[in-house]
Amino acid sequence: MNNLTKRVEAAKEKWETLQQNKEPIIYIGAASCGRAAGAVQLLAQTNRWLKENETTAKVVQVGCIGPCYLEPLVDIQMPGQPRVSYNNVTPKTLPVILGSHVGESVPYDKMAIGHFGKDSYNGIPRFYDLPMLKPQVRIVLRNCGLIDPEEIDHYLAVDGYQGLANALNMSPEDVIGVVHHAGLRGRGGAGFPTFKKWTVCRNTPGKQKYLICNADEGDPGAFMNRSLIESDPHALLEGMLIAGYAIGASQGIIYIRAEYPLAIERLHQAIGQMREYGLLGEHILGSDFSFNVKLKEGAGAFVCGEETALIQSIEGLRGMPRSRPPFPAISGLHGCPTIINNVETLGTLPNILRNGADWYNRFGKEGNRGTKTFSLVGKVRRQGLIEVQLGTTLRQIIFDIGGGLQKPFKAIQTGGPSGGCLSEEFLDQPVDYESLAAAGSIMGSGGLIVMDEDTCIVDVAKYFLDFTQKESCGKCTPCRVGTRHILEILERITHGEGHADDLLALRTLGDTIKKGSLCGLGQTAPNPVLTTLRYFRNEYLEHIKDGRCRAVVCKDLIEYRVIKEKCTGCQACVRVCPTGAITGPRSEPHNVDATKCIKCRSCYVTCRFEAIAGDAIVIRSAEKKS
Amino acid sequence: MAATAATIESILTEHSRKSEDLIPILQDVQKEFGYISPESVHNISRYLRLSENHIFGVSSFYAQFRFTKPGRHSLKVCLGTACHVRGGATVLDTLESVLGVKCGTATPDGRFDLERVACLGCCALSPVVQIDKRIYSRVAVNKLSELLKFYE
Repeated sequence: MNNLTKRVEAAKEKWETLQQNKEPIIYIGAASCGRAAGAVQLLAQTNRWLKENETTAKVVQVGCIGPCYLEPLVDIQMPGQPRVSYNNVTPKTLPVILGSHVGESVPYDKMAIGHFGKDSYNGIPRFYDLPMLKPQVRIVLRNCGLIDPEEIDHYLAVDGYQGLANALNMSPEDVIGVVHHAGLRGRGGAGFPTFKKWTVCRNTPGKQKYLICNADEGDPGAFMNRSLIESDPHALLEGMLIAGYAIGASQGIIYIRAEYPLAIERLHQAIGQMREYGLLGEHILGSDFSFNVKLKEGAGAFVCGEETALIQSIEGLRGMPRSRPPFPAISGLHGCPTIINNVETLGTLPNILRNGADWYNRFGKEGNRGTKTFSLVGKVRRQGLIEVQLGTTLRQIIFDIGGGLQKPFKAIQTGGPSGGCLSEEFLDQPVDYESLAAAGSIMGSGGLIVMDEDTCIVDVAKYFLDFTQKESCGKCTPCRVGTRHILEILERITHGEGHADDLLALRTLGDTIKKGSLCGLGQTAPNPVLTTLRYFRNEYLEHIKDGRCRAVVCKDLIEYRVIKEKCTGCQACVRVCPTGAITGPRSEPHNVDATKCIKCRSCYVTCRFEAIAGDAIVIRSAEKKS
Repeated sequence: MAATAATIESILTEHSRKSEDLIPILQDVQKEFGYISPESVHNISRYLRLSENHIFGVSSFYAQFRFTKPGRHSLKVCLGTACHVRGGATVLDTLESVLGVKCGTATPDGRFDLERVACLGCCALSPVVQIDKRIYSRVAVNKLSELLKFYE
């Protein structure tokens, strides 16, 4: 124990020195999303700027704080001053910001979005008072974007590994008791009480037990796990130690998507640091508990998010689910008792063990305790990673946190390809496991995709079925053949060739697949179709009866036209057309050749933003083919 | 060919002969050569004492593995939900027609290799395209040709 106490003291001192900085600190948000927005270039530019201006400053790469729409974010903290955050920084604005704030110690308030101090500061609002941040409760994400994910000392200084120290002072049964009392449910989507799984595994005899962390975040549109691992890898690893201790496992495996290279790199680094600090290996912190962690990279199969398929994949086989029972908690990896927990479930554990179950019970509502992270994306104004208490309504999430939409709201898709699309009438429903299930959707891992009137609901259903059909492992016939049939019908409908009895066929197929599949993939695959049929039936009927797609998305049902009176003949669209479908001499109205047009939208976008007329090209429903 | 065999051998010796190491071996082979060739499968088969059939069975199950030589630059179009809603499919269609190839194949001159991926996890910056290691955010269809010019 002493060892950790000493380390923590040293780490706190280091953190204090960093906070009471003598030189400026520049924090750059460099998780994957920040990098995609240009953070790496900004980092190089900052270092160049410091050199040219002969200024010294500490440059820290931090993870993702959440509001992705503000990326790339650069924070500057001058000695004795609060940390100020600048949003959407570009190579052009960066020197201006650095020159003012670092060069002259004057915060460049025109570009500042918020500060992290306690009181008001130069008229800049507090970062956590921003409308996107204020309604959030940050437990799992508490360190994201604030500490350097590559420094274990930063994590220790913010009470990291305290939860583990507390757990090791209790018996494993008591740890399970705390998690039981806290009411933690699996954050992977199904919401199974964590303590129940653990108890079964704990009570199953066996010399070797495994703890697997499921970081195979395959849901398109979800990135919570990636962000957490990239921004605070030690939170996950501490959670794994706690879970491993509770269930009596000595080996932990993180099954992570190969598509997340940065997260993998951060985990390797963090595991190395833990070894050095005696937090992995034999007799952790002087106790009798020994534990090791290794990484296994997934190879790109969505079905491997299902626990039995995941185990097959780790064993080097095709990732196909098997029937349960026996549950993995009794017979899992190599036939040994195995617990599979999601990244967020594990990331929550250190907080529960550090602050106690009563504290955790203050959040959420009866039966749905605590918080849940979501990736809020799509047609919403403020996109990003958020964390809210369970029981928050969809309206609060979309409109208060997300800032609403630019065009009227149409639907929200929860739970990825296994979830459903919910219409406006569900906006005041609380987000909890039971309410979402009652509406025909699921909580899922936490992707929230907002859609407006420009989104075609049939096209969205087709998109998800295309995904699940490709990802179906092929073991159960209803799923393998059924998803293909549904997809074919949906394709027909979007091509304007639907029949009146298609809707009934979709329902029947959907119900059959749900009943006749072994694993979660098949049991939930029809959800996007079944929910859209229920809540957006009219749109299906319009496609079938009128051959009309009101969102002008379905390519066979729309056409591109040049409005001759508006076209100034500026040729902007002629230059971008990839197939040479648009012709016309300069200064005369252009013409679209429908036989060559691939409906790629290039001309439409160009006309909107670069052409002289601005709105001469329109997309509209084509005449119904008879 | 001799050099290839030696490289495969050196990859193999880094792993145990247990069948659970099959996927990590395949991943390392693909990292080195860009794809899984019949020779690689043959060598892996002898090392792990698994049939070539079994190895093809496992590798063809996972989307990551490919069996043909890739192009010089990998061009990945994200078709995650957020990208789909914000026009990812149109981006893919345009690239297919600009490059004249179908998704999943390389251009005849071997310059690009067009693939679709389910999600790159940058949903808030959608639609995104990844060229080699760099991710381009909020790509516009009319700017795609410009973007490709940077890669020869």
